[in-house]
Amino acid sequence: MSVPPAVEAIDVTRAYELDGTRVQALRGVSLRIGEGEFAAIVGPSGSGKSTLMHLLGCLDRPTGGTLRIGGRDVAALSDAELAELRNSRIGFVFQSFHLLPRTSALDNVALPLAYRGVPRGERRRRAAEALARVGLAHRLDHRPAQMSGGEQQRVAIARALVGEPRLVLADEPTGNLDTATGHEVMDLLARLNAEQGVAVVLVTHEADIAERARRQIHIRDGRIERDTCPTRPHDAQRL
Amino acid sequence: MRLAESLRVALEALLVNRLRSALTMFGVVIGVAAVVVLVALGSGARDLVQREIEGLGSNIVFVGPGEFSLTAAPTAGRLELTDVEYLRQTLGEDCPIAVSLSSGETVRAGRNEAFATVLGTNEALPEVFDRPLRPGGRYLTETDVESRRRVVVLGPRVAERIFGDVDPVGRQTIIAGARFRVIGVLEEKGQTFGQARDNDLHIPVTTAQRLLGVNRVDFLALRAPSAADTGRLRAAVVDALERRYPGERFSAITQTQLLGTVGTVLNALTGVLAAIAAVSLLVGGVGVSNIMLVGVRERTREIGLRKALGARRRDILAQFLAESVLLTSIGGAIGIALGITGALAITTLSPVPATITWWSPLLAFTVSAAVGIFFGVAPARRAARLDPVTALRTE
Repeated sequence: MSVPPAVEAIDVTRAYELDGTRVQALRGVSLRIGEGEFAAIVGPSGSGKSTLMHLLGCLDRPTGGTLRIGGRDVAALSDAELAELRNSRIGFVFQSFHLLPRTSALDNVALPLAYRGVPRGERRRRAAEALARVGLAHRLDHRPAQMSGGEQQRVAIARALVGEPRLVLADEPTGNLDTATGHEVMDLLARLNAEQGVAVVLVTHEADIAERARRQIHIRDGRIERDTCPTRPHDAQRL
Repeated sequence: MRLAESLRVALEALLVNRLRSALTMFGVVIGVAAVVVLVALGSGARDLVQREIEGLGSNIVFVGPGEFSLTAAPTAGRLELTDVEYLRQTLGEDCPIAVSLSSGETVRAGRNEAFATVLGTNEALPEVFDRPLRPGGRYLTETDVESRRRVVVLGPRVAERIFGDVDPVGRQTIIAGARFRVIGVLEEKGQTFGQARDNDLHIPVTTAQRLLGVNRVDFLALRAPSAADTGRLRAAVVDALERRYPGERFSAITQTQLLGTVGTVLNALTGVLAAIAAVSLLVGGVGVSNIMLVGVRERTREIGLRKALGARRRDILAQFLAESVLLTSIGGAIGIALGITGALAITTLSPVPATITWWSPLLAFTVSAAVGIFFGVAPARRAARLDPVTALRTE
């Protein structure tokens, strides 16, 4: 038996009810992201890429189709099981970092482990290691406000990695950073992907950022328009 | 997340908004302090009254016609002086029996005037109620009662008010227009039900009956040989009287029963006071709820993030519940300290008694923690139910 892919989507749809009208954000997306892949989801705003991102991150459930994260069908999972899945398999990196403002870098990074019942000392030790991996070993006790945007995003990446997930989802990770810092963050993500074999999926509308990924998935109007490396669910064996 | 973890996170959150937390806590502090103080006052009142009833002397059985009542004078006066002799013979026991017929009258001596309770009684009263005399005088005798003499024994307060420093024994006084000779002065005794018993004056019951134009007495009081005899004596007295007056009802009450009755009334009073105070605790609880809702709104993004990182609904629920319970129980602890201090200050600095019972701080603390849960549930549930996608998008 092969290891199940990090993500497997078969004809996934997602519709919203907005003031009584039904908005179809995803109109049937099939996609497969293997272990250790580095992919970018690209598309203009309103294309449905954020919706796809939330589905891949188990923050949301599809209204149709099948979505498997780490081999588990999302539709069959309870809220608590979804939370557990997020905690154990997925790391998030957000455009606006989403760090707790009054909490040190160390405790910010340690946060996901708290929901796993890891003892405090152990949490902090692993958080310190994760911060060292993103080159912030000297910033453990700094609060977000005392750090630059690039440093904050590196803290967020450390937080995404501390739980040793199989998939890191980065939603416009460079959106709030200047170009140079943005590329540094991308370097870091690429290095982590290469060195640790964690799959990275980033969402962006910037072409030069998307090109850093080995695979680009273009989305428009809720459909995959173009996939540079189309691995369809049924020919998974090729990977 | 474990409980200790939730409490630590909650404490950190409370410390972030120190002023707000303190002000919210203040409502609970006041509510709990009010409960503790008011319950202490109620209990103090009960203890005071119980001490007073016990101060009447133990082993006493009160006998009156109809249903015995402390507050209302008996209506059907079917009790006479001759009943004393009748009871003494029927019961066949050597226990003193005092009679009582009282009325409020004006007492004068020279230019001094006072309003006092005139108590028509017999020679047995000092023995029944344990009321010694000051040296230099005597109490009413059997002869005084039989020959309806106009002699009076003054309570110390009345004596002071109409005679001042002068020794009243042997002097004349005017009671309800009639001239009386003072034969003795009672020792100080204190109060019962807020009535100065030192403001009494005792005259022979026969004289009192003529003065008031009646031939009844209000009630009898017996002193049983021991506390164990009171119950038996009580039944025997009622039985004897109802045999003597067929068709009439009599009742007798022992001091223990009196304590029980009064205790029940005063416990109810304490309960009412506690309930009033509890209202302010409730208001404090609403304040907690309000501030928690504000907190949930402010921290929507944080909640969204925590959920994205793997927090389950119950983790978020526990986090916010811990916060509100911490808020109210810290407030409760401060309120208890404040309430106990207040109650002690009241007892020390004013004549009002306050007794701190062991259960009232305990109750107040439990209630304040419960208030935290009750008023924290709605905001915490709101937080727990937030959709992570929406929460993360919130600015």
